[in-house]
Amino acid sequence: MATPGALLDVAPTVDRDPIARLVQRRQWTNFAAGSVMFAAAASSIVVTCSIVGILLFESITFFTQTVSPIDFLTDTMWTPQFANPRYGILPLVTGTLVTTFVALSIALPVGTIVAMYLSEFAPHAVRETIKPLLEMLSAVPTIIYGYFALQFMTPLLQKFVPGLPTFNMLSAGIVMGVMIIPYVSSLSEDAMRSVPMLLREGAYAMGANKVHTGFHVVFPAAFSGIASAYVLGVSRAIGETMIVAVSAGMQANLTFDPRQPAETITAYIVQVSQGDLEHGSPGYQSIFAAGITLFAMTLTFNILGHQLRKRFRQAY
Amino acid sequence: MNLAAADEKPVERRIPAIADPAVNGSMTRSPLAYTNNMVEPTRHEHDAPPTPKVTVESLNFFYGAVQALHNLSFVLAENRVTALIGPSGCGKSTFLRCFNRIHDLYPGTRYEGRITLHPSGTNIIDKSVDPIEMRMRIGMVFQKPNPFPKSIFENVAYGLRLKGITNKNELCDRVEIALKSTAIWEEVKHRLHKSAYEMSGGQQQRLCIARTIAAEPEVLLMDEPCSALDPIATGKIEELIRELRKKYAVLIVTHNMQQASRASDYTAFMYLGKIVEFGPTQQIFTNPTVKDTEDYVTGRFG
Ligand SMILES: Nc1ncnc2c1ncn2[C@@H]1O[C@H](COP(=O)(O)OP(=O)(O)OP(=O)(O)O)[C@@H](O)[C@H]1O
Ligand SMILES: [Mg+2]
Repeated sequence: MATPGALLDVAPTVDRDPIARLVQRRQWTNFAAGSVMFAAAASSIVVTCSIVGILLFESITFFTQTVSPIDFLTDTMWTPQFANPRYGILPLVTGTLVTTFVALSIALPVGTIVAMYLSEFAPHAVRETIKPLLEMLSAVPTIIYGYFALQFMTPLLQKFVPGLPTFNMLSAGIVMGVMIIPYVSSLSEDAMRSVPMLLREGAYAMGANKVHTGFHVVFPAAFSGIASAYVLGVSRAIGETMIVAVSAGMQANLTFDPRQPAETITAYIVQVSQGDLEHGSPGYQSIFAAGITLFAMTLTFNILGHQLRKRFRQAY
Repeated sequence: MNLAAADEKPVERRIPAIADPAVNGSMTRSPLAYTNNMVEPTRHEHDAPPTPKVTVESLNFFYGAVQALHNLSFVLAENRVTALIGPSGCGKSTFLRCFNRIHDLYPGTRYEGRITLHPSGTNIIDKSVDPIEMRMRIGMVFQKPNPFPKSIFENVAYGLRLKGITNKNELCDRVEIALKSTAIWEEVKHRLHKSAYEMSGGQQQRLCIARTIAAEPEVLLMDEPCSALDPIATGKIEELIRELRKKYAVLIVTHNMQQASRASDYTAFMYLGKIVEFGPTQQIFTNPTVKDTEDYVTGRFG
């Protein structure tokens, strides 16, 4: 086949042509940048896969040698430190779900309203003051939140909830909710602020006021982004460790009553790593089984969130 | 006319009539002199004579320190379509958006002068006038279709719900009427409860018009409503505009000279934040009195 150069009957002058050199150099930088980015992306996949691999491998030993998966999922007692240990994950799962539920029932509504306020109502100066303050909330180490729950929130709640024990899921959940607010509000605010002005103008032009525009037009338009914020909040709540370890008590307890003490999956893993259980013992291996349960839970919520986002993705 | 005196007795204000350029000369020379005869564009002799719906007197508008509109005077006639034409950046959108005070959403904007809505005599841009009430009376269609993230039905019912109508039957009836009058009822009647984003751009724009007219405004503002549409959808919307003039005072911004000459009764040519010439469309296009207007409508501007 004839090359364009041959067709035009010109000698190829690639190495002296400045544009060709430029193109060549750009191709190189493109290739180099692409490779670096690919390596970064690939390494995160490798790390995730190895974690899942180790979890699976260790828990398979646990499930074949110590307890059957059926018992693991149906037994109602979690007593690895007893002479006659039982490994039913349900009490840890309910502990995790109850604290998560309490935390989210604070963090999602408050986070959404804060985001709505910052994005639609706050004057510029107010927004620029509140945002960094809020972000500081998530910079506080969670162990401090834990002691805040134990020393401050629980005594406060005891004034309103008679007979509330020192260790309880209610206090832990509420403080955890406060900790999660900035995660939810900051992402939701970004989502709402990226709703085009044209859409707001449309609502105002129909005679809507600020509140109506915010809740009936901006909120649904931003919902796919807000759902991402919620998913992040859920993941943070399920995975939160120190607050519940410090203030919810470390006793597995199969209950849906938030006033009771209980242990979450994460708190159990902390407990084991504190050395209550001997390395290599079946009890020690149980943390991998607990870990894989935790992983399955966050994965489920992430997939649900992904579906939710897909359903509400708007082409505004 | 003394504006201060007029403010004291708004009820007795004389409603200015629309100028006859042949009698009074062009609007540039005597912007407030529209008192005598009203001239009807020749094509619509069977119509009732036009009455002013909105009059604009010495309107100045500022984006912060930048003045975008300079001392505009203008009349929008009831049951007529008035087109705003002019080169990009001359202030057409800025002017149109004064009518429903949408500029209020942005800090630093400022109006001066008077935009009077007849017959009540309200000064639309007065600080004490509620912009929400004005926006319910003055509907607006935007350049890009902007349906809300709701179903087709809820989009059209939006303005009705804002007005406090909750009766399901009434909502259904009025949504149906609005969708029929914008000629998309047949296309969407099976999927009223599907998302409005599942429509084509042209359908979305007609939905936005339906949404606006379902709320039964008195004035309809349209900022280049066809600029994102193909010729067929544009034709349908032009047809629709001809229909809408039966019920509303329509003000439409367009860059399309054919559209202005086909769809409008009056035309105002704007340049550099001023109205250079205003008159019956036919006169503006065939016999303009100002050189700039002639150059613009014949495509020799620049
Ligand atoms: N938000 C703003 N701040 C400052 N100046 C603005 C703003 N919006 C518009 N302007 C200026 O006001 C003038 C009129 O703009 P406008 O958008 O009304 O023009 P237009 O006639 O609608 O143009 P086009 O035909 O391109 O839509 C322009 O000079 C523009 O630069
Ligand atoms: Mg414009």
